Amino acid sequence: MALKAAMAVTGAILVLFLIAHMYGNLMIFGGPQTFDTYSAHLRELGEPMLPYEGFLWIMRVVLLASVLVHAYAAVTLWMRARRARPAGQRYHTKKSVQRSYASYTMRWGGVVVVLFVIYHILHLTTNDIAPGGASASPYERVVNGFQIWWVVLSYVIALAAVGFHLRHGIWSAVATLGGNRAGRQRSLNIIATGLSLVVTIGFLIPPFAVLLGLVK
Amino acid sequence: MTELYIEGAPIKDEKAPEGPIEQRWDKRRFSAKLVNPANRRKLSVIIVGTGLAGASAAATLGEAGYQVTSFCYQDSPRRAHSIAAQGGINAAKNYRNDGDSIYRLFYDTVKGGDFRSRESNVYRLAQVSVEIIDQCVAQGVPFAREYGGLLDNRSFGGVQVSRTFYARGQTGQQLLIGAYQALERQIAAGTVRMHTRHEMLELIVVDGRARGVIVRDMVSGEIETHFADAVVLASGGYGNVFFLSTNAMGCNVTATWRAHRKGALFANPCYTQIHPTCIPVSGDYQSKLTLMSESLRNDGRIWVPKEAGDDRDPRQIPEEERDYYLERIYPSFGNLVPRDIASRAAKNVCDEGRGVGPGGLGVYLDFADAIKRMGLPAVEAKYGNLFDMYQRITGENPYEVPMRIYPAVHYTMGGLWVDYDLQSTIPGLFVTGEANFSDHGANRLGASALMQGLADGYFVLPNTINDYLASGPFESLDENTPEAKEAADAVRARIDKLLSVNGNRTVDSFHKELGHIMWDYCGMERSEEGLRKAIERIRELRDEFWQNVKVTGTNEELNQALEKAGRVADFFELAELMCIDALHRRESCGGHFRAESQTEDGEALRHDDEFAYVAAWEFTGTGEQPVLHKENLEYEYVEMKQRSYK
Amino acid sequence: MNITLRVWRQKSRDDEGRMVTYQVEDVSPDMSFLEMLDVLNEKLTLDGHEPVAFDHDCREGICGACGVVINGVAHGPETTTTCQLHMRSFKDGDVIDVEPWRAKAFPVIKDLVVDRGAFDRIIQAGGYISAPTGTAPDAHAMPVPKADADRAFDAATCIGCGACVAACPNASGMLFTAAKVTHLGMLPQGQPERAARVVKMVNQHDEEDFGGCTNIGECAAVCPKGIPLDTISQLNRDLLGSLASGNPK
Ligand SMILES: Cc1cc2nc3c(=O)[nH]c(=O)nc-3n(C[C@H](O)[C@H](O)[C@H](O)COP(=O)(O)OP(=O)(O)OC[C@H]3O[C@@H](n4cnc5c(N)ncnc54)[C@H](O)[C@@H]3O)c2cc1C
Ligand code: HEM
Ligand code: SF4
Ligand code: FES
Repeated sequence: MALKAAMAVTGAILVLFLIAHMYGNLMIFGGPQTFDTYSAHLRELGEPMLPYEGFLWIMRVVLLASVLVHAYAAVTLWMRARRARPAGQRYHTKKSVQRSYASYTMRWGGVVVVLFVIYHILHLTTNDIAPGGASASPYERVVNGFQIWWVVLSYVIALAAVGFHLRHGIWSAVATLGGNRAGRQRSLNIIATGLSLVVTIGFLIPPFAVLLGLVK
Repeated sequence: MTELYIEGAPIKDEKAPEGPIEQRWDKRRFSAKLVNPANRRKLSVIIVGTGLAGASAAATLGEAGYQVTSFCYQDSPRRAHSIAAQGGINAAKNYRNDGDSIYRLFYDTVKGGDFRSRESNVYRLAQVSVEIIDQCVAQGVPFAREYGGLLDNRSFGGVQVSRTFYARGQTGQQLLIGAYQALERQIAAGTVRMHTRHEMLELIVVDGRARGVIVRDMVSGEIETHFADAVVLASGGYGNVFFLSTNAMGCNVTATWRAHRKGALFANPCYTQIHPTCIPVSGDYQSKLTLMSESLRNDGRIWVPKEAGDDRDPRQIPEEERDYYLERIYPSFGNLVPRDIASRAAKNVCDEGRGVGPGGLGVYLDFADAIKRMGLPAVEAKYGNLFDMYQRITGENPYEVPMRIYPAVHYTMGGLWVDYDLQSTIPGLFVTGEANFSDHGANRLGASALMQGLADGYFVLPNTINDYLASGPFESLDENTPEAKEAADAVRARIDKLLSVNGNRTVDSFHKELGHIMWDYCGMERSEEGLRKAIERIRELRDEFWQNVKVTGTNEELNQALEKAGRVADFFELAELMCIDALHRRESCGGHFRAESQTEDGEALRHDDEFAYVAAWEFTGTGEQPVLHKENLEYEYVEMKQRSYK
Repeated sequence: MNITLRVWRQKSRDDEGRMVTYQVEDVSPDMSFLEMLDVLNEKLTLDGHEPVAFDHDCREGICGACGVVINGVAHGPETTTTCQLHMRSFKDGDVIDVEPWRAKAFPVIKDLVVDRGAFDRIIQAGGYISAPTGTAPDAHAMPVPKADADRAFDAATCIGCGACVAACPNASGMLFTAAKVTHLGMLPQGQPERAARVVKMVNQHDEEDFGGCTNIGECAAVCPKGIPLDTISQLNRDLLGSLASGNPK
């Protein structure tokens, strides 16, 4: 049971991160200067109390821990659910009355998201994958990458997955933490949908801006 | 008539104390021997049944420290038939300050039972009623409340005070869940061992004492022997002898009938209650009847067309062509006359050809006036769930078209004879709840079965069974005890017999036919001629059953056909006794109208000079003449009067 | 009307089980679903086959004994119990799949009959108020605000049928557990044991091999008594509160 709470809390941390990250990404519209400064600033944050990149590493550790805890809990619950209705006790016909596409795909969706995150870090953080050319400037890395249509497409697919994951995840986290009350269920679901749309679209604006040549 | 039975020695309740009625229960509790708490662990009690009467007793005796073993045939004790009670439970709390009192509840119950119940028992029931409500509230039973947070009450079928506590239309469920939770708590504490899906098929009597039961594990088919120092039967009523009734499908007489065959007297078997407000039969595939709470009669008006054969849409029938027959015949009580009167009146108008719906077996229960008077939302708030249920079953919308209702068998007042201690004529065999005959006489008032079940289980039995157990523990027994072995062998032989007939009629087809006979001849109206015919036909049908029934499968598996076959076999024997009892009681009393005993204007006529007794029957063999033992009834407090609701 | 049924037949707990097809003729729209199965069983018996075993008792929608998955939906197309489902919800010529509740915690005993003892054990773990007989104060000693009483009542209407488990993609029994936690937790009488109750019941729930809740909502959608999904959130609130205040695990 603590597992569920852990999922909700770590999930929430990840959501907060996503929102901050998205906000950061939108700085791309400020031009190379602003964006690179922001990136550098992230690394200098907390200095001199913290060493260079200290804050970022704390963030990374927290995020990584969150992802690990989150994934561990998810996999454990997943296994439990499989045990609770083992092979040989599956329905021949099963219809869903209520479940949404989002709730249906939480588990595989989550895996897709993690794979994406790895790909994404290799692409824009370490720049080991560098379609369109490597660069020391984060701004240039972004612009180089998103000028290629299939890179954008891969991000679209991944963010759709993130969107669905959040759609059910945000609602579920609130319910798990005891926040769903009589008469509130509808509004909670609307908020969850709204928030995941904001995150998804917010993330997708920069890649498309680059692709369409609005940001060069 | 005597060729059908033999009259034996009279019988008397030796346990009820003398003296002022309000002191008798105190006196008995004082005179009953107590069992030292340390000794209780050494004493064991078997309880068959987990309805209100059984679950409450098991929980309470477990709390007291006895070793309890409990059985039910369902997959969980929470599903006992008590769960289905809708209307409410009476208690003399007088929270309404409307003149109610223990004495009035006592008086109403004796009068309602048409002077065929014992004053001492009924008075005790009324006394204990008050504690039941306290107990249930403490357990978390969510009774209806008012805005001030206090308990709400309503008035119920045939009484003029508001003393009925209720939980929407699910009082039985909420009370049972309370008792069930108390029971589960004791199971967790290890004082009660629960066996679900176990059916009691025989009683073990050793040296004249009830010492155990033979049960069948309904999943594996294993025949098990269980021993104890005392046995309690809380196995409910036998209304299913009529096939169609408001009882759950599994309700049966087997537990009590087997005890009867072992020597326990069966009292007033013909006393059955027919409930006036049930949803009518829609076809011969029908498997059970559904009760609509009697509370509907508080606001609904009952009518039929004045003309026989008028089959217009009820909404097209103008006011002056309708006969609101209850309001017409019984102006002071109107639609709220007691159940038996309402039921028989419905039967009469249908017999006149004025019935409505399929087969002409129904009358209208109309809420059009109530909707006009109270407004739709108020009607919906009060009866919404009942209306929904009606619509689900019939496909008709009762907010627009009047409901159709018809009487159906609902409750059996008869049962094993018990004394004031709830002990049967077999020492160590106690009987509680609907399974005994004790408190309702010839007719039960609405909302008093729940009261009786819980009174017996929470308060009466736990204070009387100790008097018996104090002389235990009795000699320890094992499966090789001849009486136990014999009982187990008899059970196996019967099962083998049922499985080996392999005829060509199903159990249900026999059950349905038996039900028809009982409904036609031993239902609301009985006559000598009809009852004699019924007895003959029951005997023929029983013989055919044993030669031509088809039960598939084996014993060593879950076998629902086999379960049913065993129950129906016992119903056959009971049915015969019911008809004999009905035949010998040449009077109209309570819910039973005897064609030969009526006033000039066709009302029921009781014969107190001849029949003011409990008829307790002794078993002598299948198809043999039973022996009648009479327990005389005396009324010191309530003056015997013919009932009149005019 | 005529109906084709495909029914799960399984001889015993250890048997493999399979879907078997039957025809049922002359079905009346006023029959209940179980009465339609009765008709099938009469026919099977007369043909010398074993009738289909299914649990049922009250046939009024209150005892919670009945329950099968009909065309993939627990209790079938109407939000009610199987016994209160009528054939007028189907049409002539329909093919209807009938399966038992499927969950590890509810092993099949035979055909459509499952063992729901796990629910009783969850109640044993703490689904009660300890009020031994005879210890109760007067019923009016403790008024209960109507709103709380109503909320408790709504939760108390659960009939323990198990449809929530059958419908849940995780085979979780959380709606059932939450209904009891909420029923008792809303009442003043239930307060002393409230914090411990929820922990004990949830632990037992997990031990019985039910899956965990992921807030999908299939349970509430099929619940014949309309126990709402927010009941589970109420349980979560109680549980987190209880764990946070250091209550026993
Ligand atoms: C539809 C309906 C509505 C009602 N409404 C009201 C009402 O509003 N107010 C009121 O006061 N009364 C009402 N009654 C009557 C009341 O519900 C019952 O009389 C009462 O609940 C009986 O309780 P009980 O404990 O004696 O038996 P039951 O609840 O019938 O329990 C019988 C128990 O015995 C077990 N059992 C039976 N045979 C065997 C066997 N052979 N082996 C093992 N176990 C066995 C069963 O498993 C069950 O656990 C109503 C009855 C019906 C049918
Ligand atoms: C291994 C990868 C992942 C898997 C298997 C996974 C799986 C899950 C599952 C099963 C849930 C529970 C859903 C429910 O309660 O219905 C969930 C919730 C959630 N996930 Fe993930 N996820 C993964 C990665 C991520 C990532 C990378 C993020 C952030 C970008 C994320 C954000 C969330 C959020 C916010 C929740 C809501 C918390 C909750 O449900 O209680 N997840 N995830
Ligand atoms: S919560 Fe609903 S579906 Fe689940 S057991 Fe209770 S009544 Fe049945
Ligand atoms: S048979 Fe009782 S709820 Fe369906």
